[in-house]
Amino acid sequence: MSLITNTEDFLEQTGKISRFAGHFFSHGIKPRFEIKELLSQCYLIGYKSFPLVGLTGFIMGLVLTMQLRPSLVSYGVQSELPVMVGIAIVREIGPVITALIFAGKIGSSIGAELGSMKVTEQIDAMEVSGTNPYKYLVATRVVATTLMLPILTLLGDAISLFGAYIGVNISSVTSLRFFFTQVFQSLTYSDIVPAVIKTLFFGFAVGIIGCYKGFNSTKGTQGVGISANSAVVLSSVLIFIIDLLTVQLTNLIGLN
Amino acid sequence: MPTVLNTPSDEKTGTVTSKPVIVIEHLYKQFGRNVVLEDFSLTVYKEENVVVLGKSGAGKSVLIKCVIGLLKPDKGNIMVLGENVTALNDDDLDRVRSKVGFLFQANALYDSMTVRENLEFPLRRHWINISQKEVEKMVKEALENVALLHTLDMMPSELSGGMLKRIALARTLILKPEIILYDEPTTGLDPVTAREIDQLILKLQKKYHTSSIIISHDMNCVKNIADRVILLLDGKCYADGSYDELEHSTDQKIKQFFE
Ligand SMILES: Nc1ncnc2c1ncn2[C@@H]1O[C@H](COP(=O)(O)OP(=O)(O)OP(=O)(O)O)[C@@H](O)[C@H]1O
Ligand SMILES: [Mg+2]
Repeated sequence: MSLITNTEDFLEQTGKISRFAGHFFSHGIKPRFEIKELLSQCYLIGYKSFPLVGLTGFIMGLVLTMQLRPSLVSYGVQSELPVMVGIAIVREIGPVITALIFAGKIGSSIGAELGSMKVTEQIDAMEVSGTNPYKYLVATRVVATTLMLPILTLLGDAISLFGAYIGVNISSVTSLRFFFTQVFQSLTYSDIVPAVIKTLFFGFAVGIIGCYKGFNSTKGTQGVGISANSAVVLSSVLIFIIDLLTVQLTNLIGLN
Repeated sequence: MPTVLNTPSDEKTGTVTSKPVIVIEHLYKQFGRNVVLEDFSLTVYKEENVVVLGKSGAGKSVLIKCVIGLLKPDKGNIMVLGENVTALNDDDLDRVRSKVGFLFQANALYDSMTVRENLEFPLRRHWINISQKEVEKMVKEALENVALLHTLDMMPSELSGGMLKRIALARTLILKPEIILYDEPTTGLDPVTAREIDQLILKLQKKYHTSSIIISHDMNCVKNIADRVILLLDGKCYADGSYDELEHSTDQKIKQFFE
């Protein structure tokens, strides 16, 4: 189950995925739009992922706070706890963790769903039924993941911060209002905007990789399993690469 | 060596005016180094049932997928209802496809949709302005044709293999296509249902004047419905004639199929 065995393979994969993604812009987002399918995908991809994102976000905020506290106490700056946690969650941990959870849940399900449709010729059947499968299946899913992940991240961030508030409260009583005032005073647009923009790219990556892997699934149950699995692995790696690139980029254009 | 026994069916049926609906000329298709079709030519005339025989892996499914434009041939022309499907843009191809039914070898029913939604899909997709009432009527009619009206709201996973085949057939026929491409319509069915499918194919041919290419290994089915039988061998049309002609052929390679 080697994902990328050598450089040649890697380059070939990269080329094919780029072409697949290029096709999204040249053919996928053109009329007639599959609005109904898009909305149902937004529901499945966004709404249905919310409980998972919320739960992990809450725990992450809580644990992060509890872990940071002792260090801050030893420097005598525990009053800065809300500020530190707020920045860490909003700028980095919230977007990346949410995206990874999202890749695990949605990337694999898209890979498996399209993979099994591919090997059972359901995609061919759509094509002969006057439906462009690229628009109907790929474009709707990619648009849905691209739009839903930023929203999920913002919601996840909010829940994380609430978890952090509880974490702060475990050892010293703080009012909710005071906590959030402190958090928001320390946050600026240059913390929030780049973080939201990068989640757009994360969402796009999860959608396009899931669809690519599904569309290129090989026959048999094993083939479908491999598609789902490699969709998760590849999109998770891509999330980190995109994260690295966006940090460099926002530094370059001085948004820091 | 190829033994072309007979050309157009006109001579047999006596209808000299019969016009070609599918014309395949010098078709080549290969996957990597695997040459599947090599200089394959075939003409199907109106209201004709042409059966394609050939070993497993001979390229029968590839052939009809080329006809409907799911696969692009490497070389050669395919005219369907007067239009060259190898050179059409997406919209024009969809227009041609709305007049061609395709039965997939493994059914290819959408397993996330109910039977009703499966049947509605091609209707709503090809005929965008169709009314809800019309859709309901046509779905019911299509299911009645295959005697499975009671499965309307079931999921494909709840149905048996033979039922799935019949639902797939209903979906193929729902648009009342002028041309139907059947990929093994009776495989996996009990003999009784298989003969019913044969009768259905014949009935449609009579009623709607359809033309068909039928891939089949079921010699009873071939005997019942074929106006003409061709044998696909080594990527070429190895033999072409009526069932009787091929059955009584002395060619060893043809004989194998009729034993
Ligand atoms: N999409 C594809 N990519 C690569 N090779 C393919 C593809 N589709 C078919 N082939 C190859 O083409 C050859 C012919 O396949 P095809 O499905 O047409 O066989 P068939 O005559 O329909 O056989 P059967 O009776 O078993 O259905 C096979 O060797 C198959 O491996
Ligand atoms: Mg086949």
